[in-house]
Amino acid sequence: MRRGAVTAVASMALAFGVGACGGEDSASGPPTLRWFIFNEPSAAPQKIAERCSQQSGGRYRIEFEYLPAQADQQREQLVRRLGAGDTSPDLLGLDVVWTGEFANAGWIRPVPAATEKVVSENVFESVLQTARFKQRLYTVPIWSNTQLLWYRKDRVPQPPKTWDEMIDMGEKLGPAKGRIQVQANRYEGLVVLVNQLIESAGSSILAGPKQIKLDKAPTERALGILGRLSRSPAAPPNFTTSTEDTARLGFEAGDSSFMINYSYVYPSAKSNAPDVFEQMVAAKYPQVDPDKPSRPPIGGINIGVSAYSKHPAEAFAATECLVKAENQIEVADLSGLPPVREDLYDRPEIAKTYPGYAEEIRASIKDAAPRPSESPAYQDLSLAIQRAVHPTTKIDPRNLAPAYEKLRDNVLKAIKREGLL
Amino acid sequence: MTAVPVGRKERAAKRAAGGPGRASDKTKAERKLAYMLCAPAVVAMLLVTVYPILYAIVLSVQKIDLRFPEESEFVGLDNYVAVFTSELFRIDLFNTVLITVVSVAIELVLGMALALVMHKALFGRGLVRTAILVPYGIVTVVAAFAWFFAFDPSSGFVNSLPLIADDKAWFGDRANAFAVIILAEVWKTTPFMALLLLAGLATIDDGLYEAAKVDGANAVQRFLRITLPLLKPALLVALLFRTLDAFRVFDSIFVMTRGSQDTESLSILGFNQLISRLNLGLGSAVSVVLFVLVLLIAFVFVRGFGTATPGTQGATN
Repeated sequence: MRRGAVTAVASMALAFGVGACGGEDSASGPPTLRWFIFNEPSAAPQKIAERCSQQSGGRYRIEFEYLPAQADQQREQLVRRLGAGDTSPDLLGLDVVWTGEFANAGWIRPVPAATEKVVSENVFESVLQTARFKQRLYTVPIWSNTQLLWYRKDRVPQPPKTWDEMIDMGEKLGPAKGRIQVQANRYEGLVVLVNQLIESAGSSILAGPKQIKLDKAPTERALGILGRLSRSPAAPPNFTTSTEDTARLGFEAGDSSFMINYSYVYPSAKSNAPDVFEQMVAAKYPQVDPDKPSRPPIGGINIGVSAYSKHPAEAFAATECLVKAENQIEVADLSGLPPVREDLYDRPEIAKTYPGYAEEIRASIKDAAPRPSESPAYQDLSLAIQRAVHPTTKIDPRNLAPAYEKLRDNVLKAIKREGLL
Repeated sequence: MTAVPVGRKERAAKRAAGGPGRASDKTKAERKLAYMLCAPAVVAMLLVTVYPILYAIVLSVQKIDLRFPEESEFVGLDNYVAVFTSELFRIDLFNTVLITVVSVAIELVLGMALALVMHKALFGRGLVRTAILVPYGIVTVVAAFAWFFAFDPSSGFVNSLPLIADDKAWFGDRANAFAVIILAEVWKTTPFMALLLLAGLATIDDGLYEAAKVDGANAVQRFLRITLPLLKPALLVALLFRTLDAFRVFDSIFVMTRGSQDTESLSILGFNQLISRLNLGLGSAVSVVLFVLVLLIAFVFVRGFGTATPGTQGATN
């Protein structure tokens, strides 16, 4: 089928007498690097790519191929191309949780030592963790993301330190004012919530790419909080179908006092719900244990260089340029996506991008605990965790053993990649 | 059911008249032409349906995962064992059957009513028919999103209707989620059912009704004694098509719940294994099982109820 398509394209190119914009590089001019990434609405990636192309002095030229907006659909398209050995992608915009899968399958090249030195300079350790597989750097982080606790200062004088405190406060405020917005639909957002609760409780889902951790006591503690919140009157009615967007809309509607969400909710409230925006303050992700710091989530995009790329040297040179400090600041400025370099948070531009909460974002990314992205079967793991805990209202805070066993069994199944999920 | 004896009689008559063995040159040439005319369609079918089906069967007896290319091996029926011993498969099979039976039953009743309206409409016939067919012209995914947004508590209008709690989470529990999914399916495909039944109604001779009226049969009797029996072939074909379609339900569930709240269908199960997990072996096994179940349904309809497929003379005699 592919050969047929290539032949068709080739004959069309011949028929029209154009070779310059065909699948291969023209005889003259710099090689084209195709960057497969979703069309980030602010068009910040296009801007910095254009600049890098110019600065390369004719070494390469970056072009864009757009992937769908949804992360799972981006992955489907990339995987289909890479699984079939497609040579057209050079640079890949990868979600932070795909590193293990893509690296293990041999779809992306490990980052050469010289490039690694440049692109990991001043980068948060938590971010680099998402870019590594088996202690080797496989991708180049370009932007990060993290969740903060957003609360209303008119109803909550002091932000809650722990989840339990927050639920107590929400219950005291009552359902007309005290709702807590999180993400608990059966999707990746729920995996984020579960992972952060378990990490904040002092354990992890995995101990290695193919090794389970899930210590019983902390995991049950984490599940207990999830169960308590799900059954609390402070939980919104759409709790088991909640996503980032329903949480944002719920908070903007005014009956919520707390929300766990990414920083895009702040500018959104400014334009959608100015009254709510006036009262909106950010704090660090809540703790599970009063004595242990919380482990907030981490998201964002890392750039991978395709194993089938014909221009790997140019592609790595391009990643070095794309993640330069000035480009990260530009991305943050245009799109609101947080930089991956810690030193940039001292710059005035970043303080302007995150008015009043730049420090919270820095602290949040610094303490973040990545999801078990080192697993080469991360998708299995994600499905298994979602199935184990959803709907979260079924978790009985007074009898946590069944919920714990189900989670552990599902994770074991996913690690072995056995059975249906 | 009388088709078989008729066919036999015809064949016997042909044999008596010389049989295919001694067909004239003209017949041979015609037959050759017929084969040649069919050939492109057959080749196309072989390429686009038979090849993928066979390939799926080949994949389903292997351990094969796109993410672990070096681990591929032949595993016989292991994948099928994994499918049939899975609790998930049983739940999803039940869900699929439930959606199929309930939605097709509602569609049948509604479709029949609409077909009668379209058939009997005295004025504005074209308008009535067009209006009824509109939902069928809408892409399923788009229709699913429309229903999803209508019932979603944060964007929908349904919760602001009287008698419905303002904060009802329609996709938050199994029964309500199923209700909305089935409603969307029914809304979307009832016109298809109505259209097929209307075609059946059009074939019924009006003289029969006149005669029945003269004999003093009331409307109910005319419906039960004339319309229903004569509509049976069209009815069964409509049921068969809709059942096969409903059994592969995917779009509505995928859009509305992604299979959460235990609303997952077999198609979504296959999708998860194939597309999300890239586990081609397990996913193909699910697909093959789904294919065999669909074949079984078609077989039961054709053999058990004597449904005529289009192009053959069925039980119309």
